[in-house]
Amino acid sequence: MQLTSIDWIIMTVYFVFVLGIGVVLKRHTRTSTDFFLAGRSIPAWVCGLAFLSANLGAQEVIGMAASGAKYGIATSHFYWIGAIPAMVFVGIFMMPFYYGSRARSVPEYLRLRFDEKTRALNAISFATMTIFSSGISMYAMAKLIQTLHILDDPFRRLGLDPSWIFHVGVVASAAVVLAYILLGGLTSAIYNEVLQFFLIIAGLFPLVLLGLKNVGGWHGLTRTLSPGYVHSWAGMGSAHTNRLGVEWFGLAMGLGFVLSFGYWCTDFLVVQRAMAADSMNSARRTPLIAAVPKMLFPFIVILPGLIAIALPAPPQSNVLASTQAMVPAASAGMGLIPPKLEPGTNRPLLDKNGNPQLDYDLAIPQMLLHYFPTGMLGLGLTALLASFMSGMAGNVTAFNTVWTYDIYQSYLRRGASDQHYLWMGRMSTVFGIGLSILAAYMASRFNNIMDMLQLVFAFVNAPLFATFLLGMFWKRTTGHGAFLGLLSGTFAAAMHHAFTLPEGAIPGVKGGWLGNVHTYPSEMAQNFWTAIFAWTACFIVTIVISLATRPRDQEELKGLVYSLTPRPAQENMKWYLKPGWLAVFVLVATVVLNFIFW
Amino acid sequence: MGLDIRLPIGVLFTLFGIVLTVFGALSNRALYERSLGININLMWGIVLLLFGLVMLMLGRKRALPKDAEETASLPPQAREKQKVASN
Repeated sequence: MQLTSIDWIIMTVYFVFVLGIGVVLKRHTRTSTDFFLAGRSIPAWVCGLAFLSANLGAQEVIGMAASGAKYGIATSHFYWIGAIPAMVFVGIFMMPFYYGSRARSVPEYLRLRFDEKTRALNAISFATMTIFSSGISMYAMAKLIQTLHILDDPFRRLGLDPSWIFHVGVVASAAVVLAYILLGGLTSAIYNEVLQFFLIIAGLFPLVLLGLKNVGGWHGLTRTLSPGYVHSWAGMGSAHTNRLGVEWFGLAMGLGFVLSFGYWCTDFLVVQRAMAADSMNSARRTPLIAAVPKMLFPFIVILPGLIAIALPAPPQSNVLASTQAMVPAASAGMGLIPPKLEPGTNRPLLDKNGNPQLDYDLAIPQMLLHYFPTGMLGLGLTALLASFMSGMAGNVTAFNTVWTYDIYQSYLRRGASDQHYLWMGRMSTVFGIGLSILAAYMASRFNNIMDMLQLVFAFVNAPLFATFLLGMFWKRTTGHGAFLGLLSGTFAAAMHHAFTLPEGAIPGVKGGWLGNVHTYPSEMAQNFWTAIFAWTACFIVTIVISLATRPRDQEELKGLVYSLTPRPAQENMKWYLKPGWLAVFVLVATVVLNFIFW
Repeated sequence: MGLDIRLPIGVLFTLFGIVLTVFGALSNRALYERSLGININLMWGIVLLLFGLVMLMLGRKRALPKDAEETASLPPQAREKQKVASN
């Protein structure tokens, strides 16, 4: 890739800014509450954008464009079904308990509502997960820098060995994230997330405009692509008549209910952003405000993927053209998407039907290189780098909070001074990032281990929402019930996975490692159903065990359970500031979008 | 909070806007073949510049009474939450 000084200027300005914000915020970071919860003083709109951006790491951007190219506009289900309803639910119904209970983290809420063991289970699995996620972010970023040859030219000029590019990518991103979190804590992370939100729009929106102009708008896309790509609901009646390979029930229950509510309502990474809000009303509006850009994001992240496959293939791939081995294989790709290449021989990899496998993850980078001249290219790359780093930072801030409050303060050292915990927060940021670097190298060495770990996390996460739902809305739920429910949910997920396989896969990390009872039409369908099984098992076991164990005193559950908590007062507020109206607007708009792209 | 986020956003996007606009105005037309003949640097540079300036204006207006009123009642309540013990 050819970058000129103008691109480097833009990137440099951005990095100076990121660090500058940290330096300015350092003066305001005096207590552990400042560091871990941004002093609970952030206005609703800032929390809302951070809530959205914490989830919008570069893997999400690149991955959604990749899915757009692979599955078409049906990818928007991950937004319209798989996010919006859950975001509305967490804002309207759950935030009163998260914010109102004064818990400082999601595991701490579990401690208040249930007991110590449920908190420990959640805290430890969550902390481990954040480390791996931030490591994977780091790995993906270094890999992208390598694939796009961003640093090749500077390395040549400085006479450095190009094999060090990957290491420099890992270490440099770690150092930047470390610096700004150490300085400003969660506030720094939130501010950078907001910055990144605007950067992503600034970098990708013109790409979509140029792309749409080129292919003749949405109607041009519908003419060029087969109908499967441009309809989100048509064909959802059966798993075999749509590109996702999922039927509507699995989609609505698995993605729309279990996975989506499990993520948006219980994952501390996003909930932490709302806990930093300056008031109960702001905390409740945080996810609702986030939902507005969220429902429009498919146009920015999914459309580039669709445009990339709709375009006629260029004579050769932009990304790969600059490698030493020129590849005469562009014709094997589709549109701008090049095929995956066999390492060594550089021949396209074929699937079992003899068709080339496409490297969908290159959709966004290919689009950037295809349309953007130098200048805008710098901005587009900066946006991608920014979102990698804020994805990392989001995980690291969630990690240092859970580590310090839920593990260190609870089990290792109680009753120390606030300054000590602030110090611990900074220390845990350092070793959290150190561990992420290890995870990044693990990802580059042992891909299979990473796949397995992600699978285990999926098993652990799937049942979570059942526990929260029962905990918040059924006062009879007990700690033993919650704990055993979670364990059996995880077990059910593992068993479902052990006995089913997606079509065409071999038993192993894809499932079926104990035998094959059922074959799903796609991996996605299998994932959704794993989640449904986990949730159901957790739900039933929690109820049964709760009924068999002694309930807690109702006095202790005030502020933690719906029926025992007074509704947050909002009479003297302007109607447009009330969460209820915002929720209605968000839901109606989402339904309209679904009909437009039916 | 000590720093209104709109100020850094405003400054950053104003800078980006200026850099892209100036570069776009001075650069060779041949550069824009790939962007369908549109001088995207100039056009988008102007958009970013305007956005940056609006953000700067909003950020500087913060001290006005309307906002102050909205947030004034909150800090004491927020402060109190720090005192919650871990167990």
